[in-house]
Amino acid sequence: MTIVETYPTLAEAARAMGRDAAYMAGGTLLMRDVNEGAGPARLIRVSDPGLTRVQTTGDGVRLGAGVTMAGVLASRELEVLHPVARLIGGPQVRNMGTVAGNLFAAHPYGDFAAALLALGALVVLAGQGSARPVEDVLKARDSAGLVEAIEVPRPRDPRAFAFHKVSRVKPKGVSVLSIAVHLPREGGRIRDPRVVFGAMGPTPLRSSGAERALEGHALDTATIDRAAAAACEGLAPFTDQIATEWYRREVAGVHLRRLLTRMEQG
Amino acid sequence: MAKTPVSFTLNGSPRAAFADPGQNLLEFLRRDVGDLSPKFGCGQGTCGACTVTVDGETHLACLVLAQTVEGRDVGTASGLARGAQLDPLQEAFMDHFAAQCGYCTAGMLISARALLDRNPRPTRDEVVEAISGNLCRCTGYEPIIAAILSVAEGRARA
Amino acid sequence: MRDMTSDGPMVEFRKDLFADERDDNLNEVGKPTRRQDILGHVTGRSPFFDDHLFDGLLHLRCARSPHHHARIRRIDTSAAERMPGVVRVLTGRDVPVNLNTLLSLLDFGLDDEPILSENKTAYRGEPVAAVIAETEAQARAAAAAVQVDWEVLPHVLDVEEAIKPGAPAVLEIYPENKFVYHGKYDHQKLRYGDVDRALAEADHVVEGRYQMSPIEQAPIETCGAIAAPEQNDRYVCYTSTQALFFSLGTAAKVLSMPSSRLHFIGGTVGGGFGGKVDSVHEPLAILGAMLTGRPVKYAWDRAEEMQVGAPRGAERWYITDGVMADGRIVARKFTGYFDAGAYTRLSSYAIIKGVGHLPGPYTIPNVHADVYCVYTNRTPATAMRGFGITGVDFAIEAHMDKVAETVGLNPVELRILNAYRDGDMKAHRRLAKNCALIECAQVVAEKAGVTLSPQMKAASSLRDGGGARAELPRHTATDQEGRVEGFTATSYARKGGGDSPPTTAPPPRPASPPPAASRPSPPAPSQPAPSASARPEPAPEQATKKPARSGAMRFSSLSGFRRR
Repeated sequence: MTIVETYPTLAEAARAMGRDAAYMAGGTLLMRDVNEGAGPARLIRVSDPGLTRVQTTGDGVRLGAGVTMAGVLASRELEVLHPVARLIGGPQVRNMGTVAGNLFAAHPYGDFAAALLALGALVVLAGQGSARPVEDVLKARDSAGLVEAIEVPRPRDPRAFAFHKVSRVKPKGVSVLSIAVHLPREGGRIRDPRVVFGAMGPTPLRSSGAERALEGHALDTATIDRAAAAACEGLAPFTDQIATEWYRREVAGVHLRRLLTRMEQG
Repeated sequence: MAKTPVSFTLNGSPRAAFADPGQNLLEFLRRDVGDLSPKFGCGQGTCGACTVTVDGETHLACLVLAQTVEGRDVGTASGLARGAQLDPLQEAFMDHFAAQCGYCTAGMLISARALLDRNPRPTRDEVVEAISGNLCRCTGYEPIIAAILSVAEGRARA
Repeated sequence: MRDMTSDGPMVEFRKDLFADERDDNLNEVGKPTRRQDILGHVTGRSPFFDDHLFDGLLHLRCARSPHHHARIRRIDTSAAERMPGVVRVLTGRDVPVNLNTLLSLLDFGLDDEPILSENKTAYRGEPVAAVIAETEAQARAAAAAVQVDWEVLPHVLDVEEAIKPGAPAVLEIYPENKFVYHGKYDHQKLRYGDVDRALAEADHVVEGRYQMSPIEQAPIETCGAIAAPEQNDRYVCYTSTQALFFSLGTAAKVLSMPSSRLHFIGGTVGGGFGGKVDSVHEPLAILGAMLTGRPVKYAWDRAEEMQVGAPRGAERWYITDGVMADGRIVARKFTGYFDAGAYTRLSSYAIIKGVGHLPGPYTIPNVHADVYCVYTNRTPATAMRGFGITGVDFAIEAHMDKVAETVGLNPVELRILNAYRDGDMKAHRRLAKNCALIECAQVVAEKAGVTLSPQMKAASSLRDGGGARAELPRHTATDQEGRVEGFTATSYARKGGGDSPPTTAPPPRPASPPPAASRPSPPAPSQPAPSASARPEPAPEQATKKPARSGAMRFSSLSGFRRR
């Protein structure tokens, strides 16, 4: 049996956490377990409305952990993430599922986290002074602690960011894979590219091969070919009900090529 | 195990009942409040048969903790009609054969109502998007889309 | 009422076709109308089985086998019985008649499936115990606490592997993993003409292998039932069944009580598609109500619906066609394997229906089929929309395209060339009537922009049929392949033969030929398809003669045994 504890602040909730507890935000993933009698002994919630705030900062936007996908879609400041948020779940899930919750969504979910990783977002954790890169939180999800906010840097050129989700069922379907790409450019050359795949591993992962192929080059056909060929480097796909590991490896480069070609053609 | 008292508004009327710990809103509404219009199809947030509104936004009742609707405004398909006066969407669903077994219909109507409340003249694509979280296994989506569009265009008879 | 077709899906009425055969003075057909139950649907008031509330409702959930195939050494329910909220734990010992086959109500097939298995399980998810508790969560937790000492057995998941010598026997009563038809053969036969000779004389021989995977019906409402004690020592049962009287008869048999003590209420089904005929919930829910004296609900959750809900079974087909250079198909040979899964359910019947359908809607003078109902350690298969027909139709039509490619004909033209025309003799020895494939193919070609030759464009279902095409083959090659001993053709369900038919079921089959004796008798469901038997070939039917049968009618739409 699951009991529910609601705290006024995140700090108090953090103190209440323990091995027998799980933090519940939108509930879209956790309630499945609760419904099947496999939930934690204690569900920890926070009633602080500040967690759902969207704030503009100097060089980006600070999203409260409890901002929903619908909240993202309602914010003009977050336009760059609209194409991503629109592809998370169906309308009801977007009204419930939160940005911080998506960081903890197991494969094959977590497409929004893939976009946050590509944009180089930082995660503000309860009771910790400095924000940490999304990557660090994804690597140690079980011990990360409670998320207070996510800081999303504003890309200098919004067209340098692109997102693509591949699903069998449209318009609402689970990912075969998703790709989030951020290609900042200096004088026509790509600098510090981020190519992130969702559903190609236990968490969203960066394609080291594609990033290496893109670094320092102009986005042209030859570069795109090299990036597509190296797409699976750094990824760890596996077989599930949606697709086999083999299939995911086969199509990852194909979809990356299409996405990069789309970006090249503006 | 202690139950939690929950006071909320259901389709505009104040209601109160006791929720079990960990109980979801779907079970709470059906068993403890007595509103049988939301349906159980999966308990996993996949089928949309339990779609209700919470403060005007569509939610999946099977994924909502019952006690979190304390003080909030819940809407179900039972509340669409005003007495004997059906919602134009209900009339349109009847005219367009937009329900066969009827099991997904209540959730489908809630999603459609929420769309039209926010966007009275949606495009076909917007209708498709709005009901994408509601699975139908027998009617087929086309009559449902046609029914919603007919209301959107103000051609329903109600 | 408005014309629904104007902005709904387009329906085109082709009144130019068969205009003189149709009475167009119809009041409802072709006109929009409201469903009689739709007001309940749009107001959320239609009473599905789970929309009946009971005070003190108990919840039943099953403990299930985690193995494909395993012997049960011991079931220990003591820990489960001590779990919070548990009222009662049922095992096979508590079920009055713990062995059933669905079609036993039609006196067809041997009882093969336990309600709660005691000795052995033959598929993953097979129930071995049922826990009844105060809440669904308590029932779930206690079901997980049922301890079973399993001896895991080798399993087989492929139909052709399952019928090889030495394959694990899925069911002891069918040790070869093949259902026995008519007490005689390990497969269903169709013999019409001499296929081997025709194949030898054909210009081309085209072979193909086709496989269709199982398909889950996936209704949005999962299967379930609620039973409660009623007045006068009766039990009421609200159920999601698609086949109310079938479920009533099954419950009466399993619980060994007259059906007059059971009050079944159904009719509001949240999607069925064939997946709600298996009557597995009602007997356990009623038994629970009998043994606890309280209302009991037994419903699957979504995972159970997908894992143990009986799907449309997998089918594998081998087809060999003999084709002349001009595209005429002169021989068609089938070998088919239906994957029944671990128990018979409705697969044996699906095959009879399927074989009656062969060779598809084409006039082929030589047809041969051997179709096997094979047991494997997969989830038992059951009905689903046109079951018995769908898989083989997929195979036939894929094969038609292959034949078209071989002879260099447009696939639509190949179909028109070979299609049944009114008056043609079909392989199951009835005359084709009301044929319309040619016209359908012509309209499809027009819509798809496929150009047909003037000859094909002019073809008609009403012309060029009958005559020589109405004649039965002069010679039909027969054989005794697959003959088995030790089974009887009658009173299947009670091996050795009982004499009283089940009180809840209609008579199993007509005792005598139907009154219109001049018509060829259709194969009764449990009789062999026309085949090797020495029965005289029936005379062809007069195409104009109307059926003139009367008297008591047969069972339901489930079986499709309706009078035509």
